[in-house]
Amino acid sequence: MEKLFKRIPKVGGESEKEPTESSSEGTIEPQDQLKTEKVEKAPEISPEKAKKHEGHTPKFSWSIKPQGDQKPKQAARTDKADIPDDLWIKCAHCKELIYSKEFENNKKVCPKCGFHFRLTAYERVNFTLDEGSFEEINARLVTGDPLNFTTATETYQVKSDQTRAKTGLNESIVTGFGTLEGLPVALAVCDFNYMGGSMGSVFGEKLVRLVEQALERRVPLLAVSASGGARMHEGMFSLMQMAKTTAAFARLGEAGLPFISLLVDPCTGGVIASYASVADIILAEPGALLGFAGPRVIEQVTKQKLPPGFQTAEFFLEHGMIDQVVARKELRPVIAKLLHHYQTAVAQNEAREREVTYAR
Amino acid sequence: MPDKEKDRKDRDKDKKPAISGAWEKVLLARHVQRPHALDFINGLTKDFMELRGDRHFGDDAALVGGIAQFEGRTVMVLGNQKGRDTKENIYRNFGTARAEGYRKAFRLMQHAAKFKLPILTFVDTGGAFPGKESEERGIAVALAENILLMSRLPVPIISLVTGEGGSGGALAISVSDRLLMLENAVYSVASPEGSATILWRDVSQAAAAAEAMKITAPDLLGFGIIDGVIPEPAGGAHTNPNEMMVTAREYMLRNLTELEDKYTSRGEAGIQAMLEARYQKYRKIGSWQELAEQAPELNGLSDILQANPSH
Repeated sequence: MEKLFKRIPKVGGESEKEPTESSSEGTIEPQDQLKTEKVEKAPEISPEKAKKHEGHTPKFSWSIKPQGDQKPKQAARTDKADIPDDLWIKCAHCKELIYSKEFENNKKVCPKCGFHFRLTAYERVNFTLDEGSFEEINARLVTGDPLNFTTATETYQVKSDQTRAKTGLNESIVTGFGTLEGLPVALAVCDFNYMGGSMGSVFGEKLVRLVEQALERRVPLLAVSASGGARMHEGMFSLMQMAKTTAAFARLGEAGLPFISLLVDPCTGGVIASYASVADIILAEPGALLGFAGPRVIEQVTKQKLPPGFQTAEFFLEHGMIDQVVARKELRPVIAKLLHHYQTAVAQNEAREREVTYAR
Repeated sequence: MPDKEKDRKDRDKDKKPAISGAWEKVLLARHVQRPHALDFINGLTKDFMELRGDRHFGDDAALVGGIAQFEGRTVMVLGNQKGRDTKENIYRNFGTARAEGYRKAFRLMQHAAKFKLPILTFVDTGGAFPGKESEERGIAVALAENILLMSRLPVPIISLVTGEGGSGGALAISVSDRLLMLENAVYSVASPEGSATILWRDVSQAAAAAEAMKITAPDLLGFGIIDGVIPEPAGGAHTNPNEMMVTAREYMLRNLTELEDKYTSRGEAGIQAMLEARYQKYRKIGSWQELAEQAPELNGLSDILQANPSH
């Protein structure tokens, strides 16, 4: 009961949140957002771009503060040709230029048009949980190659090696425990950069282990899903992860522990058709592409042109498939409110049970 | 008798060697004369009474279900139903069910739990229907809820993949205590065409995808993903449907009897044991490695796996 209203004092200090990953990454260009399975470009200095932006930089005195390890920026003040082009980014949606620090502070949501950019798994963790509260589990679990998947052009092992090197991740899902406004929560986050956030054996195993630990610790679970679905390279092993993960969540539900599913861009296929859709609460970020089959497949099969806005988070809301569409900046307070509701309910139920026991 | 002798010789001449290639099996699994769900239901059970509609939106002829007698027991049967000609296929939507089909299955499975009826399912679909109306009615949620229900349903579930097992649409009626496949059936994470499109954006590579993805019954039995393979008449199930029904009935009955003896005849504790076994069956599927805690510079995943293979 004491735990109930305990809060970690500093709440939602958005400006203090420094995403650890983003500083080492470069610009977000429209093509990076649109292409799937592609990581954001490594920072590179393009003199043309730097020149284009140089007129803007002096306008904001607060804007040129070098942050952390980004030494090159300091040099940029003296040598204008060296201004790194990640100072400014262009919104893929409204094409407006955004100052990158402002973009980071806004949790990678365009301040002009509200477009929600995709996040890496660790960016999501940092934007979601209380600072420094995340303890990752099973980070060193890596995939096997059960099919010995080999085709004329690729093998799964080589592709896994390349993806690990490219993304710095061991799998497409990151799992662990932390607190959100002081409330304990188990967290699973997909990373779409790792083979399209696809669900294979390790994804399933990490998620099930998280559920099992959440059961032991008796904490609620939040899953943030961005995935193209089952991983082709593991064949039926991947499909069976749908049953494996969903069965684990069935147990979480039977134990009376809440499961909150947050669907973010894009979430399709085997993930949305399994554990991600059996949550007590299903939320989605604005504009996220959500659906069972991808739009290309539907157009191919039915020869129908799909209307604008089809298969978005808003479409899902309109058709009664999710509880709410929540903007990224509102997510922490909304999820904290939900966690608080359930924690209170669980405490009430436990107190009632105790009373019954004493009465006997 | 000379006539009989001649008949047998003729039949033997038609006998082909066992079909081995994955793509050949895909084609055979899709053979238009292959027995479909209703053939199996009528061939294996008696007094089948079809139950229709999801009680929310509509009925779906691509997924059939109902109550029947199987070897002295009342059972619930479900199956993906394909057609034999264009007209029937349009009516059956080529065996690809929409959300209402899966919600009907959900309703019938709950019905089965209420009356403690074992469930027999016959899987034969390329997948759930990927159309506009499917999305509007929440096909993803419908599939997910079936998977959730089946993982905890307190009655024995036996699934038989009779032709094509395709993706989530097949899984949503085949989470089971015993997953069986006919010898020439295939079961895949996505149809070979879909896999080829996802992997290489080239649908013409379907045969290559079928080979690479190990989708045949013997492959899946080797992986421990399915629990048994039912032999087919030489040349495939369609060459001798009656023989196929006899064999299928024998296997289904054997598996059901095992589950009854082991679990459902032992009251509530037996049912809990069955649910635990079902959970563990899926829990252990997968292939993974734990990297050493202080792993220094890794040369690559392939090196680690070679040093420490799990499969």
